[in-house]
Amino acid sequence: MTYASKTILFCAALALAGCGGAARFGEADAVNLNTAASDPASPAYFQQAVGDRVLFAVDQSTLSAQARDTLDAQAEWLMSNSDYRAVIEGHADEQGTREYNLALGARRANAVREYLVSRGVAGSRLKTVSYGKERPIEVCSDESCYAKNRRAVTVISVTPTG
Amino acid sequence: MTRILTLLAAMCLWAAPVAAQDDGPLRIEITEGVIEPLPIAVPDFVSDSATGAQMGRDVARVIAADLSGTGLFREIPQKAHIARITSFSSPVQFADWKAINAQALVTGAVSVDDTGKLVARFRLFDVFAGQEMGDGLQLSGTQSGWRRIAHKVADEIYTRLTGEGAYFDSRVAFVAESGPKNARAKRLAIMDYDGANVEYLSDSSSIVLAPRFSPDGDRILYTSYKTGFPRIYLLDLATMNRRALESQEGSMSFAPRFAPDGRHVVYSLTRGGNTDIYVMEIGTGDRRRLTRAPSIETAPSFSPDGERIVFESDRSGSQQLYIMPTRGGEATRISFGQGRYGTPVWSPRGDLVAFTKQSKGRFHIGVMRTDGSEERLLTASFLDEGPTWSPNGRVIMFTRETQGASGQASLYSVDITGRNLKQVPTETGASDPAWSPLND
Repeated sequence: MTYASKTILFCAALALAGCGGAARFGEADAVNLNTAASDPASPAYFQQAVGDRVLFAVDQSTLSAQARDTLDAQAEWLMSNSDYRAVIEGHADEQGTREYNLALGARRANAVREYLVSRGVAGSRLKTVSYGKERPIEVCSDESCYAKNRRAVTVISVTPTG
Repeated sequence: MTRILTLLAAMCLWAAPVAAQDDGPLRIEITEGVIEPLPIAVPDFVSDSATGAQMGRDVARVIAADLSGTGLFREIPQKAHIARITSFSSPVQFADWKAINAQALVTGAVSVDDTGKLVARFRLFDVFAGQEMGDGLQLSGTQSGWRRIAHKVADEIYTRLTGEGAYFDSRVAFVAESGPKNARAKRLAIMDYDGANVEYLSDSSSIVLAPRFSPDGDRILYTSYKTGFPRIYLLDLATMNRRALESQEGSMSFAPRFAPDGRHVVYSLTRGGNTDIYVMEIGTGDRRRLTRAPSIETAPSFSPDGERIVFESDRSGSQQLYIMPTRGGEATRISFGQGRYGTPVWSPRGDLVAFTKQSKGRFHIGVMRTDGSEERLLTASFLDEGPTWSPNGRVIMFTRETQGASGQASLYSVDITGRNLKQVPTETGASDPAWSPLND
């Protein structure tokens, strides 16, 4: 795949992310997502088909069986698409103090990173960051929202490795 | 003597103020009684010009707002006044002020001197004793800085009547918030303690968190996502120069606070998912690690003497408060109640620690002694967090966030007695307040 086509696909991924509520990506123009996501080597495919996020229990950073399944698939994708890097973003729900949630988000992101590394992904391709409770995707103040906010999201970066 | 002073200090902290009713000098005595704010009259400051008259009114309004805002004073409305102050030097007609039950009276005058400076003079009277309290005082400053002059007058009155240090001529650094909850824009901002004179110190292009003042009030530490990763920054308020203090690749740094010497910073550094506490000498960048545990250690705050650091850790399995020597070493747990404790902040008097407590789905701001005894919760809401102390250690400001999809953050203050809870006016949403020391 050429760099240009990769860029286009990445833009499609951005548009997708916009629809998914990751507001930091802002508004993006409509792109034919089906085309993008149908390419198994695309970040859009990673996000949609592989699954870019895992969820955590209250005040925990332990990976559930379901989370490990998702991460197994993420590792597989990352291994077969070795040109991509990823930033793993750790998040917390709003039930906690700001500093503690930053540290908790870092634990979650790191748990994901360590798991991916254990499955064979080169650590040099994976960065982590915590947003604490600064970037919820769901805004209600109930467990239904909190459960989705306690997450670690693997964000594929277009920067080629090397 | 020392014992008496200690006792007095202790009483000041725990008790409710009442106006003295006996024959002694007028003073807000701090006793464990029913709160009875001291009635005070603040007529307009007199002036010899028409523009000055407006200034005289404005200065008096700020002074009255400062004093009644403490909950220790009750202003007698001007329309109830019988006497009119038309001259700063004329004798006060005490009978007219007694008739409306004003126990204290503030009179003053404003003028502009030859150099264009605003000059304010004031006197404080004990109405029932029929005498002046302390000497008349004159303050001067720029005309645009008239609010500061008013705050300084109010500080002086507060100190004369309570015997304690004041806090009106001070500022608050905070994070101004706008936009929806899932895409909130945050800007660093600074304002007077009462919400006036807001200035923005950053744009909203990256998330900023938790500003903290230097002991001299000349610099601010804060956390920014400017690089995409949270890092601590130092901002010089005079030059507006800012620089990252930590830039280690693969790390996050946050929760910085100054040491009382103004030359060191204590903060959290996260590597490999583990958060520990470090101290850095600002000048050299030399850093020393103070905790080494796989648990979360964060939110460090120095004691005023610089000897100890209070912080939070979940090493016991849940968030609790600990104190360790500044050199590092063994920490002593001080919080033992039901729930989770975080964001400890040592009081400027040194005797109390303010904290955030999470218990049964509610958040509280509370205080405890530094040995963990006498815990008292001052507030309760869906989400209260992040206390900061007024320069005199009598008032705590914090963030309160409302519930739900349209939840908003704003600043509140409360007395350490638990009384006088009120919102601090801000033009946008606001969080993470940091109270400055008294201005010079």
